[in-house]
Amino acid sequence: MGILEVKDVGKRFGGLQALGDVNLSVAENSVHAIIGPNGAGKSTLLNCLVGKLIPDSGSVMFDGQSVLGRKPYEINQMGISRVFQTPEIFGDLTVFENMMIPCFAKRDGAFRLHALENVGRERDLVEKAEQMLIDVNMIDKRHMHTASMSRGDKRRLEMAMCLVQEPRLLLLDEPTAGMARADTNNTIDLLKEIKETRDITMAIIEHDMHVVFSLADRITVLAQGTPLVEDTPDKIKGHPKVREAYLGEAH
Amino acid sequence: MFGLNKKDTTLLIAVAFLALCAPFILNPFPEGSSLAQFNAGYPDLMQRFVIFGIFAIGFNILFGLTGYLSFGHAAFLGVGSYSAVWMFKLLGMNVLPAIALSVVVAGLFALLIGYISLRRSGIYFSILTLAFAQMSFNLAYSVLTPITNGETGLQLTLNDPRILGQSATADGGIPVTNLLPGIEMRDTFTMELGPWLFQFNTGYYLCAVFLLLAFYLSVRIFRSPFGLMLRAVKSNQQRMYYTGLNTRPYTLAAFVISGMYAGLAGGLMASMDPLAGAERMQWTASGEVVLMTILGGAGTLIGPVLGAGFIKYFENIFSKINDSVLHGWFGFMPDGLENALVFVSHFFVGKSWHLTLGLLFMLVVTFLPGGLVEGGQRIGRLFRRKSAEDAKSTDVKPAE
Amino acid sequence: MDAIILQILNGLDKGSAYALIALGLTLIFGTLGVVNFAHGALFMIGAFCAVTVQRVLNFSYETIDPSQTDFLGNPLVVKTPYVFSWFGPETGASIIDWSVPLAILFAIPVMIVVGFVMERGLIKHFYKRPHADQILVTFGLAIVLQELIKYFYGANPIQTGAPDVFRGSFDFGVMLGFDPNVIIYPYWRLVYFAFAAVIIGAVFAFLQFTTFGMVVRAGMADRETVGLLGINIDKKFTIMFGLAAAVAGLAGVMYAPINSPNYHMGMDFLVLSFVVVVVGGMGSLPGAVLAGFLLGILESFASMNEIKSILPGIDQIIIYLVAIIILLTRPRGLMGRKGVMED
Repeated sequence: MGILEVKDVGKRFGGLQALGDVNLSVAENSVHAIIGPNGAGKSTLLNCLVGKLIPDSGSVMFDGQSVLGRKPYEINQMGISRVFQTPEIFGDLTVFENMMIPCFAKRDGAFRLHALENVGRERDLVEKAEQMLIDVNMIDKRHMHTASMSRGDKRRLEMAMCLVQEPRLLLLDEPTAGMARADTNNTIDLLKEIKETRDITMAIIEHDMHVVFSLADRITVLAQGTPLVEDTPDKIKGHPKVREAYLGEAH
Repeated sequence: MFGLNKKDTTLLIAVAFLALCAPFILNPFPEGSSLAQFNAGYPDLMQRFVIFGIFAIGFNILFGLTGYLSFGHAAFLGVGSYSAVWMFKLLGMNVLPAIALSVVVAGLFALLIGYISLRRSGIYFSILTLAFAQMSFNLAYSVLTPITNGETGLQLTLNDPRILGQSATADGGIPVTNLLPGIEMRDTFTMELGPWLFQFNTGYYLCAVFLLLAFYLSVRIFRSPFGLMLRAVKSNQQRMYYTGLNTRPYTLAAFVISGMYAGLAGGLMASMDPLAGAERMQWTASGEVVLMTILGGAGTLIGPVLGAGFIKYFENIFSKINDSVLHGWFGFMPDGLENALVFVSHFFVGKSWHLTLGLLFMLVVTFLPGGLVEGGQRIGRLFRRKSAEDAKSTDVKPAE
Repeated sequence: MDAIILQILNGLDKGSAYALIALGLTLIFGTLGVVNFAHGALFMIGAFCAVTVQRVLNFSYETIDPSQTDFLGNPLVVKTPYVFSWFGPETGASIIDWSVPLAILFAIPVMIVVGFVMERGLIKHFYKRPHADQILVTFGLAIVLQELIKYFYGANPIQTGAPDVFRGSFDFGVMLGFDPNVIIYPYWRLVYFAFAAVIIGAVFAFLQFTTFGMVVRAGMADRETVGLLGINIDKKFTIMFGLAAAVAGLAGVMYAPINSPNYHMGMDFLVLSFVVVVVGGMGSLPGAVLAGFLLGILESFASMNEIKSILPGIDQIIIYLVAIIILLTRPRGLMGRKGVMED
């Protein structure tokens, strides 16, 4: 049993079958990549996992519990965090404030009326947030407003915000999309470090094969809404079906 | 102090000082001098400053922090006023239970309206709140007349039961609002210092105490994790959801808190002058508090108070200026120029003072979205930069 | 049955005004992405165009008629409007009588200029600002316009009559085979409805059949792409704004005989028109028109005594109540598109 079990998930948009009977099992503490050409249903699948979309059929179990029908914030509270294709952070707040929000969410749950406490006096949480900023090399930017940061920094901050919640499963939606080579390499290094130092499962959607092959333990290839093959990176590389689906795209 | 950092404590002390010394500060001109018309230190106006300050502080907790623009906040103020007057009619003339009831009723009303309106965001939220407020206004004028007394407004009469007080005073008048028996809201102690005249009014000081409490509470909320969450709602709701946070209770809590502030303002208003009318709930009244908040600086601590004071002061001064005053000002000029200037100024004063307000509002939104506070900061920065440059140039010279 | 027809008819004139204002609001919102709280003020300016024209046409010179005397025995001062001496008393009189329809000719250029100035001078700078800022700045503008009108025309409603031919009512019921005196309908309200229908038809035809309209519709569907096609959309926006202002203005001109213009009529209609737009679906032109008539008629039904006796006060709140229900059950309104203003 993997930590995430997707069984026979299907989703239609009007006449379009976006997902048809997807089965996927993500093993605990592994990095599982989902690749496929444009329109293969990767993002739809991801949206079904986090509660943004509700599949028409099938089941999604996380750690033995169904996530279907739960709200995004409830799914997050179960231990699933998500990194978006375009970094989603709090643009009007400082880096430090951005970090404090997931810290509070982790400690206090989905809602708490802590109106008379003081953010700066939550010693434990401040320490935790600062430690995470140190880990991702952003401590010197802690008072910066995030709106003015580079995309690479925003991505780094978004990951730090997800990691500080100590999720059991981290979903990454094209974490290097739109990044320069140097930023991409930094991100790969960061993800490798996360993989080595933390007990965390990651599922990555990615276009960049360089990223996929340097990180993934297992790879699922999606095409037209159904999984084509699932195997280790080495086997996937030479697989004829994959070459066919990707003709000219992977290399 | 009080769980605040140094900067916030300084701000709180400054507000406290201003509020307590307002009768002096607002009456800088000697009585009878030509500038005395610019004095604002009389009880009625000072009470308005403070009451609208409380209203705006509350509105700012919703709009300034979460960005949800409510166009129906006056409804809560109106409901607060009605509740307070009913307390005076049924229970007695003590203001404290009346104010308490205002806050509670306005809070419950806000809970109901907020629960429904907050299901939508953006302009839809604004329209929903507007619709609710207009509904309350229309109902107060028509069907709810038994409760609101319709167009006349709710007033005290000699037939009110007032179970803990008396229906009528010994000399057959309607009793007045008080804090404790003998301490009446209208009590005013007048101090003459040479040509100056200062008035200290019990009602004003009661309002000022509530203002300080309201302001202190708002500082605490701004600095709290709850306040941080509210700012996060304004910034990115999507990220909130995917960080495991449910935004709706946060926004609802903010809505209810700001509704209670409005109720407090309404209750105080009725305590100062025990009558309540539906026009307090009209959407132009809601627009006014939006204006105050924006003008002062939405999302800042002190901005709403400044905005409320600014608007109420100029409303009072500008609407008093008439033709003869203008001719007095421009009298030293040649007749043609004098008349021209009077004609132009005429647009902006007296009954047309709203024109000035509208223009000012447009200018602020266009050029100074952060309001007066941002304006102050810009000027401050300008000076600091200048002095920094001066410092730099003096630093450089010796090296040469 | 007759009561139902009567209420539908009664709702038509208010519904027409709602529909016309909401149409302009939606045009501006759909193309420019601007929430215009000053649109009601445009409606009011239109109504005051009618007032102005009526006043100008009544400009008179005074002559002393020695053959007549007033009750004090002084020679009578006779006021003769200038139009009498220009066109002769008969034509002159009918010109004055027809001042409201004539005001249309005056209002069109005035409203277009007002629209252009507003867009170039103010709205232009707010395309990229948040909707809250747009609401606030146009709210400020609405106050300014309202106060200016109040300054020049005073605070009291100014009666502005329809042409004599259209005064009074006719028995609509007889035409439909009901008993006489059951369905009585004022002529001018029918004129107003017909006028609104023509304007609405003209706007839709303009959008449907001209190249300009095609670009505008494309812009409403997908603004960025149209911008990318290299079409100078800025200029088109300005024209669009002028057009929307003209529609609101014309709605106001013709409404003057129904409801004597006063300075706050714009605000009164604005709130309701916004509700109409939201009910119809933000960004949907047919939705705005449909919702305008629907709410106008609903309002008139709610003011029937039979209904008021069951649900007292319902006439005061029906529109808001409907808006709340629609917003909560069909968040996009009756005919709204997905994704408009939902962020």
